[in-house]
Amino acid sequence: MTRKTVLNDTHRALGARMVDFGGWDMPLNYGSQIEEHHAVRRDAGMFDVSHMTVVDLHGPRTREFLRRLLANNVDKLKKAGKALYSCMLNERGGVIDDLIVYFLADDFFRVIVNAATRDKDLAWINTHAAPFGVAVTERSDLAMIAVQGPQARDKMLGLLSPATREGVAAIGKFVAAEAEGPDAIRLFIARTGYTGEDGFEIIVAARDAVALWDRLKDAGVVPCGLGARDTLRLEAGMNLYGQDMDEEVSPWEANLGWTIALDAGRDFIGRNALEQQQAAGVGRVMIGLVMDDKGVLRHGQRVATPLGDGEILSGSFAPTLGKSIAFARVPVGAHAGLQVDIRGRLVPVRVVKYPFVRDGRSQLEA
Amino acid sequence: MQEIPGDLKFNTSHEWARVEDAGTVTVGISDHAQGALGDLVYVELPSVGDTVKAGNACAVVESVKAASDIYSPVSGEIVAVNAALADKPETINEDAYGDGWLFVVKPDNLADELDELLDPDAYAELIEGDDG
Repeated sequence: MTRKTVLNDTHRALGARMVDFGGWDMPLNYGSQIEEHHAVRRDAGMFDVSHMTVVDLHGPRTREFLRRLLANNVDKLKKAGKALYSCMLNERGGVIDDLIVYFLADDFFRVIVNAATRDKDLAWINTHAAPFGVAVTERSDLAMIAVQGPQARDKMLGLLSPATREGVAAIGKFVAAEAEGPDAIRLFIARTGYTGEDGFEIIVAARDAVALWDRLKDAGVVPCGLGARDTLRLEAGMNLYGQDMDEEVSPWEANLGWTIALDAGRDFIGRNALEQQQAAGVGRVMIGLVMDDKGVLRHGQRVATPLGDGEILSGSFAPTLGKSIAFARVPVGAHAGLQVDIRGRLVPVRVVKYPFVRDGRSQLEA
Repeated sequence: MQEIPGDLKFNTSHEWARVEDAGTVTVGISDHAQGALGDLVYVELPSVGDTVKAGNACAVVESVKAASDIYSPVSGEIVAVNAALADKPETINEDAYGDGWLFVVKPDNLADELDELLDPDAYAELIEGDDG
């Protein structure tokens, strides 16, 4: 059965076109996904991301458990409120999911995983938490709203109680803090996001989510759907689980090597496989592509290279750039003479560094 | 959703056809189709002088979300294309039954082919229940 977030009626009342996403009935757009995209790049937009799974981990050995569970090292989290992006790997080094973990107290961490992978993630986390005596609690009583864009922080800060506003204004990137919103609503505010813009991801009790959404809307924050979320994160060079990596792909092949901490003596799940792959040499890499011709790069298209075929992973039209961009997985060393097979026509593409867009500006040289 | 003009005929694949006074047929995609596709970003049109056959793919419209083949509702020769769409494909989103037209055909078997198309009521029934 399709699941609904607490904001479902709100989306429908706003005229959203709804779509099934990982078993959830979610807004694709509220009219024009391109206009929503620009709202986030130029001003402030908000997304209902309550379909994502919030999992709280409690117990004195929680940190020790996460050292084992995650490919990135939670010991980078030294101050309460700090967050870390990591992959959760299987024994073969394949990616079960990517997630954000928050350090909240010595015996309390919070993990946010993808919606489409909820069941397998919870099963995996529970299995591996048990030996550490860590209590795993899914927080389906919570909702989550992402507020993103150059004006997002100011607009959100304006809704906070004077007593908590200053504290939230001061938090750095990838840090979270508790705050009090309008009508004394309790908020968990993190300076994170999935758009390449500054902003917050806000966790709120489900019963308070509609009120918060409405207040943000009154403050001029534009409701945005999953369509804009996808083009924003692609321009920002951020991976999407299931499209750019999955259980058959290692972080080395998904340009996520920066999230792997091969620190001495830490035995995390998948480490042996990752080290073997590294020693043997990784044959495929993920690269960024831009197409100057008209048309749109899309998931699954064949990429012809002088060293053999690759494929388009995430691909879309990039509204900020006015042309199509993509991630592709190709043989190592393929960096020139690439062509993409678009309905039988081979179209030249350029290999470019990404993010494609940073702080609202194109990173492509003409 | 936009009202369906009464002088249009439709393919089940969501193209519309309008017989003009001059006997030519203007072709576009329905408002329902543009809504389902979402923001259009690229249109590939046939060339003037091309021959098209009813039911055959002769153009492509691409939205951020998907690429979609356009099937001509009638057979004949292309006598005009909407070149303005190259720079402003979003015109189709804004005015699917007007400025968002795709191409004009000089038909060579109009009487028979017109009978195969849906009238506005039948088309409205077809899309009823669809999201949009």
